[in-house]
Amino acid sequence: MNVLVLIKQVPDTTDVRIDRETNTLIREGVPSIINPFDTYAIEEGLRLRESAGGGTVTVMSMGPPQVEGALREALALGVDDAILLSDRAFAGSDTWATSYTLAAGIRKRGEFDVVLCGKQAIDGDTAQVGPGVAKLLGIPQVAYVRKLTLDGKRCIAERMMEDGSDVLGVPLPALFTVVKEINEPRLPSLKGKMKAKKAEITVWGVSDLEVDDSEIGLDGSPTRVKTIFAPELRTNGIVFQGEVDETVPLLVKELVPILKTEI
Amino acid sequence: MDHFLTEEQEMLKELCAQIAREKILPMREELDESGEFPWEIVKVLAESDIYGVYIPEEYGGFGGGAFEMCIATEELSKVCGGISLAFAASALGAYPILLFGSDEQKRKYLPPLAAGEKLAAFALTEANAGSDAGAIETRAELDGDEYVINGTKQWITNGGEADIYSVIVRTKKSAGLRGISALIVEKDTPGLTFGKRENKMGIRASTTRELIFQDCRVPKENLLGREGMGFMVAMRTFDKSRPGVASQAVGIAQGALDEAVRYARHREQFGQPVASFQAIQFMIADMATQIEAARSLVYSAARLVDSGAKDVGKASAMAKVFASDVAMKVTVDAVQILGGYGYMKEYPVEKMMRDAKITQIYEGTNQIQRSIIGSAVIKESAAEERKGK
Repeated sequence: MNVLVLIKQVPDTTDVRIDRETNTLIREGVPSIINPFDTYAIEEGLRLRESAGGGTVTVMSMGPPQVEGALREALALGVDDAILLSDRAFAGSDTWATSYTLAAGIRKRGEFDVVLCGKQAIDGDTAQVGPGVAKLLGIPQVAYVRKLTLDGKRCIAERMMEDGSDVLGVPLPALFTVVKEINEPRLPSLKGKMKAKKAEITVWGVSDLEVDDSEIGLDGSPTRVKTIFAPELRTNGIVFQGEVDETVPLLVKELVPILKTEI
Repeated sequence: MDHFLTEEQEMLKELCAQIAREKILPMREELDESGEFPWEIVKVLAESDIYGVYIPEEYGGFGGGAFEMCIATEELSKVCGGISLAFAASALGAYPILLFGSDEQKRKYLPPLAAGEKLAAFALTEANAGSDAGAIETRAELDGDEYVINGTKQWITNGGEADIYSVIVRTKKSAGLRGISALIVEKDTPGLTFGKRENKMGIRASTTRELIFQDCRVPKENLLGREGMGFMVAMRTFDKSRPGVASQAVGIAQGALDEAVRYARHREQFGQPVASFQAIQFMIADMATQIEAARSLVYSAARLVDSGAKDVGKASAMAKVFASDVAMKVTVDAVQILGGYGYMKEYPVEKMMRDAKITQIYEGTNQIQRSIIGSAVIKESAAEERKGK
């Protein structure tokens, strides 16, 4: 069982500040962590390797050189090896270009059975990269997985839905994005931390991958961020209680001025 | 203050802090209330290799020493001085084997302790033998190839939870301290049962229980060292383990100071944070200074132990007595800074104050520590004088 886990390094804060000039996140002075949802993906990868009785777990990430820190954290948890896709040419990638680059990295890495991702990253919250990678690799995908079991040559995935869950039999190789209900991530071990410190991390740049220059980085990113703003807080609604013939006139009285100002 | 930890020691510290923050913190209040043993935490500590930090690599450990044991105990104790004992008390039980065990005994007992698969405990205290360790009455008589143990040990930390017990027994009735020996007893040995669980003031997540021996037979290979060495086994064990209790005390004190400072920064009275009042600032200053002095003394003692120095009893006793007195004072002051809130169970400082008290009492009361220190200092002076003549 060879598992690839895609992770992202994100700023460790819920209080994200935005640079008004460039409309990008201000990352200076904010410590970086592995995207919390990705920690569940790493744990699930380790569990799949354990339940299959062997194989490898590889973590892969795209980003600047400091992402190495996140990869070492993953190695300390018992992951076998780590690959960083890092090149100035990848800078400014949106979810499309990121998916494209990661898919190229996965192809270069070679054979795999399962690709795991967190359901979304806590900074961008798009939830697009996982499914994008699956599409580009031409493999099946299941998002929002809360239970994953190995069943011979396929996986049984329980997908969390708003009104319950779907149970899907998925032929491998396949990609799954996981929710936090799936497991409880382990802590690193001392031996793992020491091993991770010394471990070699493979770094691949644009020349190592088979990519089309027009599909990577800022140029390969169709998304343009025009503006970022915080939505206005919604106030609580009003509940009218009582008989219909009493409450409807009250409701109308409230609604009419609002509707007038909207127009 | 920088204590010049190695990269590996920093890593250990960071990992223990993470375990304390992520795993121990959410449980401490509940376990303090229920008095349940923290098996879940034992599992986490085991998986993270913490149980092996002070055990040599050849017996499956991490290859550190008393210093590493102290770093781990301190970090865990910052969050809970009771739960941290599931680690530290096992080290106390393992030390007699580490120090006096034959290679065969070490090979048999240390690897599962290093892996955290089994816990150890140390059993000396009895109803009539506390500070006066030589007064123990639990007997072990050789019968063929076995020792037959009879008697009751009390207040044994990890009692009933541990699998491996280092037990101090009397093998000769009349020989005083020379009639005392140390035996390894495994939990499932017939004739060993466990008495009541004590209902304690503090360290409530740690189990304290009686060990009752009734014709309990252990193979004579379980003897540690030779017959008659038991008192020495106990004393040498304490010399090495006391920095551990001291670091538990430093951890509890630091945890209490951190809570008090955080509270003082946010609590407003007379229109300003109470931290802006000199009365509070001076308390904080004294607490911080005392903790740093205690930590420096503990680290020095632990490093002395690890240097292989022959006589570490005085340094080790100094670290224990100073750090535990600091812990008591600092936790009382932390409750004072939090005022009425500090007295309530919603805040952790009252628990820290209850937890701190035991560090002045166990592994040798602070009065016993002072007599160790006093007589060592006087002996040193006498030796100097003899040299001079």
